[in-house]
Amino acid sequence: MARASQGTEITVGLSSCGIAAGAGDVMRALEAAVEERGLDVKLRRTGCVGMCYREPIVDVEVPGAGKVTYGEVYPERVARILDEHVVGGKPVEEWVVRAPERACEDDSYYERQVRLVLRNAGTIDPESIDEYIERGGYEGLRKALESMTPEGVVEELKAAGLRGRGGAGFPTGVKWDLARKQTATPKYMIVNADEGDPGAFMDRSILEGDPHAVLEGLVIGAYAVGASEGYFYVRAEYPLAVRRLKIAIADARERGFLGENILGFDFSFDVKIKEGAGAFVCGEETALIASIEGKRGMPRLRPPYPAAEGLWGKPTNNNNVETYANVPWIIREGAEAFSSYGTETSKGTKVFALAGKIVRGGLVEVPMGTTLREVIFDTGGGVPEGRTFKAVQLGGPSGGCIPAEYIDLEVDYESVTKTGAIMGSGGMVVMDDSTCMVDIARFFLNFTQDESCGKCTFCRVGTKRMLEILERICAGEGQEGDIELLEELGRKIVSSSLCGLGQSAPNPVLTTIKYFRDEYEAHIKEKRCPAGKCKALISYEIDPDKCVGCTLCAKACPVGAVSGERKQPHKIDQSLCTKCDACRRACKFDAVVVK
Amino acid sequence: MAKTHTAGDERDVVAVVDEVADSEGTGRGMLIPVLQKVQDRIGYLPPEALDRIAERTGVSAAGVFGVASFYSQFRLEPVGRYIIKVCHGTACHVQGATAITEAICDELGVPEGETTPDGRFTVESVACLGCCSLAPVMMIEENTFGRLTPEAARKVVREYGESASSDRGR
Repeated sequence: MARASQGTEITVGLSSCGIAAGAGDVMRALEAAVEERGLDVKLRRTGCVGMCYREPIVDVEVPGAGKVTYGEVYPERVARILDEHVVGGKPVEEWVVRAPERACEDDSYYERQVRLVLRNAGTIDPESIDEYIERGGYEGLRKALESMTPEGVVEELKAAGLRGRGGAGFPTGVKWDLARKQTATPKYMIVNADEGDPGAFMDRSILEGDPHAVLEGLVIGAYAVGASEGYFYVRAEYPLAVRRLKIAIADARERGFLGENILGFDFSFDVKIKEGAGAFVCGEETALIASIEGKRGMPRLRPPYPAAEGLWGKPTNNNNVETYANVPWIIREGAEAFSSYGTETSKGTKVFALAGKIVRGGLVEVPMGTTLREVIFDTGGGVPEGRTFKAVQLGGPSGGCIPAEYIDLEVDYESVTKTGAIMGSGGMVVMDDSTCMVDIARFFLNFTQDESCGKCTFCRVGTKRMLEILERICAGEGQEGDIELLEELGRKIVSSSLCGLGQSAPNPVLTTIKYFRDEYEAHIKEKRCPAGKCKALISYEIDPDKCVGCTLCAKACPVGAVSGERKQPHKIDQSLCTKCDACRRACKFDAVVVK
Repeated sequence: MAKTHTAGDERDVVAVVDEVADSEGTGRGMLIPVLQKVQDRIGYLPPEALDRIAERTGVSAAGVFGVASFYSQFRLEPVGRYIIKVCHGTACHVQGATAITEAICDELGVPEGETTPDGRFTVESVACLGCCSLAPVMMIEENTFGRLTPEAARKVVREYGESASSDRGR
């Protein structure tokens, strides 16, 4: 029986982070509740809308009333939304995060955003090729094949000024032209979806939210370069991205956007998916190629560049996921529309994954040249209440920490590089005064040391030695001269490593020394961790003036180090305390202090 | 809780390798996919599997071992039925991933990287699961758990332990 709900659509954000927050359970709860009420409602799935801090997210669109977005929709909230909004026609105001024609708290999250790459993510069903086509999908490919030569496509990209979004920022049009001019065949295309930077999830979200955009960009690239075969190299940690990509590839093949004689033209191209096996260095293009060939993923000297001799020794073009996702939009809307966004040298937009000590963490896309303040504060809502913004980490293990005094920095390739960090692929991890910068440097060195492939001595041994020094400093055993030794080793690793991993591995250490030298010195000279993070240098104590004797801390302590009578101030036995932080988290009166 | 994928425990190693090689192909480029599929079914890569893969692909045994030991996904030792992957990406690190690992290790009584004596759980640290805005995060099978506290992580592991003991003998 149809009710007043006819034509109503309810959409659940089902990307990996949505599912991790419980969106799968919400979908099941919705299915059951809709059936129970006999409502005529269409339930849809979509990818990441970017508001990860509000997950699980549900959109309700009643005909004529526009789309209302609810945040933090847990299964127990489903019934009320259906009864009051879908049946009763009145949205449940207290859970609404965005709605048409009225101001909502979360509007400012989108104010600065320009969504070119994320044009469909969070709107369409990523498993439906029809929904992609409805929103102009594959028009770029059709336009390229019908009215442009391969040279024309390359020129359009050069005019647009698109630069590689994987981090290095090499002009995409120039790269394609290099491969296009090669005479050897067959030629290969690679999509680098081996998003290995810890703290980055742009490529995962794009693949999960709009896989056809990447696929269409790839096919346009293959036409420009003259390639016949392509590979998606996807991280094994991204099973949902792989699944949606497989569906997209099968559907595109069936509709003639992929395979023999694409759209009836004399152009054939097909793709395969290769799942990575867990090696960060495979983000480097020659290592990635070795991995596809079934070898250990170790980089080799360039030249020859992959454009000349790549996969199986043949001309190969390799770009990152976000780079390809830009291409259909550029071809469809034109180079001028694209280059109207951005700065003199960096055109278009950039997708950032905002995470760490931030109020509104998620996926944002802003024009190049947007300032850090606009991204972190205006969009992301700044650091949690009561804390102070300290630094932002850009570019993952290859990048660096940009301190608070650079908050008005306009983010583009050149300006970020000047700070000692790099643009990188778009991971932006925000840090506040409770983050220890020496510990962060140690964290990244631990990562790169572990991921070094071992080919170059300075990278293999040098990162190990740097890590040992950093561990020593964090353990309160730092010595005079350690900072200088780190700087010297860092410089030598940069100059003596073959690939980007080694050349950039010292960046997190060098930038934190550059901007936070006083923190290193406090660890070494005063045996003190100003942020209260390094366990060997801190102790937990209870402020007797604040403690009310509620016993919560004593119950939380896993080692029985807290003692005291009920309603009397408690004490921590330092010889038993493991500094696990459980007491501080349990205390409701801020009585546990870290010294 | 959806149970979608558990590390396999098939015992006839040579037969597994042969089946995988027959379906995937044995070209050099297929070496990694073959290793992945074999590990999926056996749970890890025992020496007999590596030898048989070498025979079938024509890559030297040293070459196969070289690849298997290079990538972090490949395991050369048996693992527990459930692998608890605690994310130690940047965002998780600044949000307290170390305390999550410590709580889980304490709950299960094994150090990180090892398997419980009953063979049910292995605790692993992984680089980044890409769910940074829900940090700290961990993954068991294909289920991801976000916004964890040490207490919440213990609870998840306890619940998994209960369901794991109830599906013993299945």
